[in-house]
Amino acid sequence: MRELRFAFRSTIPIFFTYLFIGIAFGILMSDAGYSVLLTTASSFFIFAGSMQLVMVPMMTSGASLLSLALMALFINARHIFYGIGFIEKFRRMGWRRIYMILTLTDETYSVLCSVKYEEGLDESKAAFLIAMLNHLYWVFGCFVGACAGRFLQFDMRGIEFSATAFFLVVVVNQWRQYRTKLPFLTAAVCALGFHMLLGKEYFLIPTLVSCLAALLFLRKPIEQKGGLPDE
Amino acid sequence: MSEGIYPVAVIAVIAAVTWALRAFPFVLFGNRPLPKSIQYLGKALPPAIMTVLVIYCLRDTDFAQAPHGIPEAIACILVVILQIVRKNMYLSIIAGTVCYMILIRIM
Repeated sequence: MRELRFAFRSTIPIFFTYLFIGIAFGILMSDAGYSVLLTTASSFFIFAGSMQLVMVPMMTSGASLLSLALMALFINARHIFYGIGFIEKFRRMGWRRIYMILTLTDETYSVLCSVKYEEGLDESKAAFLIAMLNHLYWVFGCFVGACAGRFLQFDMRGIEFSATAFFLVVVVNQWRQYRTKLPFLTAAVCALGFHMLLGKEYFLIPTLVSCLAALLFLRKPIEQKGGLPDE
Repeated sequence: MSEGIYPVAVIAVIAAVTWALRAFPFVLFGNRPLPKSIQYLGKALPPAIMTVLVIYCLRDTDFAQAPHGIPEAIACILVVILQIVRKNMYLSIIAGTVCYMILIRIM
C-alpha cells in the first residue's frame, strides 16, 4: 500500500500528460472511424504516444505494413538508449522484469530516473507500480477519448507542454545531483548542432548516438572528480 | 469486428517493433555481468537523454515567426526558476503549463 501511494505521488504529473494526450489520440481514432476496442488495444499494446498519433493518418490512408514498421523504428529508436541505465536494476525485479522492459516510455523512464525512494520502501514493487500506473493512465485517456471524444471538445491546446515541463524539472534536479555538468553540455551541443544541421525531423537519433560516443570519449574527465552520483 | 484484419496487423507490427527496440539493450547483455563502460553509461547517459528530450519536445518552436518562441521561453524559465526556488515538482509543472497555455492564446 505504501508503495502504491508512493508510485501515485511520483506519477501525478504523468497522469495529466497521458490523460490529455491519450484523449487527443482517442478522438483522432474515433474521428477516423476506428472502434473503441481497437483504440484501447492499440494503446495497451503499443504504448508509445507519438507513434500512435502518427499511426492514425497512415492507417486511414492504407499505408503498407513495411512503411509503418519503418516509421515505428524511426520514431521509437530512442527507446534503445533508455534500457542502458536499467539493465542491472531490472534484473533484480524477477517476474516484473519483462513488463518493465516493454513499458519503458519517455515518461516512465524519466520518472524512474528522477525518483527518490523513501526509506524502507520495496523499490522493485514501487518501480513496477510506477510503470503500471503510467500504462493505466495512458490506456484510460485513450479509452475516454475514444468513447466521449465528441463531448470533450475543450480547447486544450498547449497541454502537451506538461511533458516538456516534467522533463525540464528532471533536468533541473539532475543538474543539482550531478557534480559534473559535461553530460548536460554534451547533450545540448549535440542536440542543437544536429537540429541546425539536419532539421527537426531527423536530429534525434544522430544526437543520441553522438551523445553516447562523446560520453564514452569523455569518461576520464567525467569520472575524475567524483562527478557522477552513487546509486 | 467490421474493421477487418488490416488495423489489427498495423497494431501488431508497430507493437512488435516498439517492443523489440525497448528490449534491445536487455537482450544484448542478457544475464552476463555488465562491462564497466556500460555501467558508466548507465549513470552518465540519463542527464544527457533528459536534456535531449527537453530540446526534442521544443523542436516545433519557430523563432522566425510570431510569437518567436516567446511563450516556450517564458514558460521554461518559469519552470526552472520555480523548481530551483520552491523545489516542488507539481507547482513547477502546473504553473509552467498554465502559463504556456495562456501565452499561446494571447500572443
